[in-house]
Amino acid sequence: MTHSISTAPFIINEPDGTHSMCVLVDGIRCAGCIANIERTLKEQADIVSARVNFSTRRLKIIWRGGANLADTWVSLVQGLGFRTMPYDPAVSEAADTREEKFLLKCLAVAGFASGNLMLFSIPLWTSDSVEMTAATRSMFQWVQAFIAMPAIIYCGLPFYKSAWAALKEYRTNMDVPISVAVVLATAMSLFETYNHGEHAYFDSGVMLLFFLLIGRYLDARARGQARSAAKDLLHMMQGFATVLHSDGRHERVALGNIETGMILVVAAGEKIGADGEVITGVSEIDTSLITGETLPQTAIVGSKLFAGTLNIAAPLTMRVTQNADQSLLAEIIRLMETAEQSQAKYVTIADQISSWYTPAVHALAAITFLGWLWFGGAPWQVALLYAATVLIITCPCALGLAVPVVQVLATGKLMRMGVLIKSGSALERLATITHVVLDKTGTLTLGHPELVDAAQYSQSQLQLAASVAVHSKHPLSRAVCRAYSGALLPVEHVQEIAGQGLQAGYNGHTIRLGKAGWSGAADVVHVNDHALELWLYDGDTAPLRFAFTDALREDAAQVVQKLQSSGLTLTMLSGDRPKAVNVAAQAVGITNALAHVSPVEKSQYLQTLAHNGAHVLMVGDGLNDAPSLAAAQVSMSPASAADIAQNAADIVFQGDKFAPVYTTWRIAKFSQVLVKQNFALAMLYNIVAIPLAMAGYVTPIIAAIAMSSSSIIVVLNALRLNIYEAK
Amino acid sequence: MNILVYLIPIAFTLGFAGLAAFFWAMKNDQFEDLDGAAQRILHDDE
Repeated sequence: MTHSISTAPFIINEPDGTHSMCVLVDGIRCAGCIANIERTLKEQADIVSARVNFSTRRLKIIWRGGANLADTWVSLVQGLGFRTMPYDPAVSEAADTREEKFLLKCLAVAGFASGNLMLFSIPLWTSDSVEMTAATRSMFQWVQAFIAMPAIIYCGLPFYKSAWAALKEYRTNMDVPISVAVVLATAMSLFETYNHGEHAYFDSGVMLLFFLLIGRYLDARARGQARSAAKDLLHMMQGFATVLHSDGRHERVALGNIETGMILVVAAGEKIGADGEVITGVSEIDTSLITGETLPQTAIVGSKLFAGTLNIAAPLTMRVTQNADQSLLAEIIRLMETAEQSQAKYVTIADQISSWYTPAVHALAAITFLGWLWFGGAPWQVALLYAATVLIITCPCALGLAVPVVQVLATGKLMRMGVLIKSGSALERLATITHVVLDKTGTLTLGHPELVDAAQYSQSQLQLAASVAVHSKHPLSRAVCRAYSGALLPVEHVQEIAGQGLQAGYNGHTIRLGKAGWSGAADVVHVNDHALELWLYDGDTAPLRFAFTDALREDAAQVVQKLQSSGLTLTMLSGDRPKAVNVAAQAVGITNALAHVSPVEKSQYLQTLAHNGAHVLMVGDGLNDAPSLAAAQVSMSPASAADIAQNAADIVFQGDKFAPVYTTWRIAKFSQVLVKQNFALAMLYNIVAIPLAMAGYVTPIIAAIAMSSSSIIVVLNALRLNIYEAK
Repeated sequence: MNILVYLIPIAFTLGFAGLAAFFWAMKNDQFEDLDGAAQRILHDDE
């Protein structure tokens, strides 16, 4: 977005007369960005404070003076090259953060309580009735009860609530045996303490909660991060358009409120807000995000315009012909929603395991209780105590840590590599793929044309071309500018003539950069290689031809090969011309390539694949890919993609390379290996511990050692992810 | 064993002090921006 939207609803008036506002800032990468933003703002006299939160990419500004200064601050930040979006912190950080903070508090209390309990547990474990008198033992147990009771009531809340919610609907989940175990163990320990019994399990109960809360907290954090990544994108997407009223007034209107018949003013470089047709002006429209076509289309009076495309050359006014909810964009969003609904619901591995683990644990505890009561001849208190130890021992400490620890490590590792995970189960779904479907423009290619063989031109030729081209946003002009990095010439009277090219004056000559016929190249031999071209006429010598191609990402062929040799089936689906698609497919080595595929056909193709049992990863960047991104089992899109495609994708990767697709897949696969190993370790531990618990051999010290050692082993195993390198 | 009368309250007090410090830090947003501080040390003005 090149200009600000209304900031008024986001300004908070502080009691001391200052104003504050929170802004999402896209594009903060390093210390330099923080310094840049903060310094620029603090140089302004009215700014009280400006602070960037680097972790969340958010900026908080506090200032004196009028509330209307907000727009000034936003445009200052935008002037530095960052995309911004004001947001309301109260709405944005409500539920997720509160849950995360509550879990962290529970974790702190559980940690404090289990540490203090150990002070008393160790003397109890290591002494007998000779070394420590019964009175002292009893006092220690009462002190333990005093520490443990509040901790168990407070820290258990997340589990009790979830277990209660499940039981109310006649279901069970992992939290049911956890709650039963903790409550039962505590009650039995109180009973034992009161009757001067030998074993109290206060420490086991609290320690169990402590380990489980670690897993719970990490899980909430990973999900919270994924959700906020998704939400940030949504914030960025809410767009506005400028409406021209019949009395000549301009007004910024949210895209959702645009109606048929309104007149919109679209500045050069602005996104078109609605479907409609041009009333005045001539310009070029970049439709690559909708159609996958690389070259812009010329728009003249009467041309049809589509929402989501980009006006690159000159200002236009247009009449809206479709309400926002009937536009092509809305149509694509509807397609996306149907695709999402038809997608089979994915059951995570943790849910699969808990679906049979919970009943199994309950059954084992019941067998222990009844077995001791009927056949073991034990009094009911003892039988109940043994049943409680079975629940405590089987309670999935290690199981609860197995997935979240791996997930947090994998997400963090990928984030450092510029890969953003937007959905909690994305990595798990990615690990099982069999097919990869790729878009061409913007996905395998960079999505913008590059000058072919720049070395064949002299520096002075490039300098002249770049000096003119720098005045235009046309993709070919920008490609010329990228190919030249030196000082520019002072050209004058630059004019952009839509559909033709650029014209400028320099040293008394008229310079033209544009189409062949217009730049005086009609009589020069026509080169017929289907490449995109620009001709430079300096008013003196023969016109010079610049050829362009939408270059492949430099490692595209290599990555495609790696994916294919790993046993994945690759398909290319593109909306572009067959010729361009075939050239690209051959260059990267994909045999199955389809051209001229519409968004609907793309999404149908994916549904057919899924129907035939394939697990598909879709990689795409355009608006036309959005429905198929939603339909695929898992999807990725580059950070340069259309906002809506990034929203639909589960994973977003940054940079000009294609390698993140391969690396992310490898890391996802390795994470799943680790998760399965962790489950196996947890099971192995249960196989050893359950018979001991059922036989009544598990004393508090054994429970404590078993619980902490299995948790530590699982965490250590997960940490192997940090030294893993995807080859 | 009378020493326990002093030691147990001392242990509790220390533990509670730690817990209170953690809650204070949470309430004052000390954990809001864990990566920012590492970057900010590179600024040399201020």
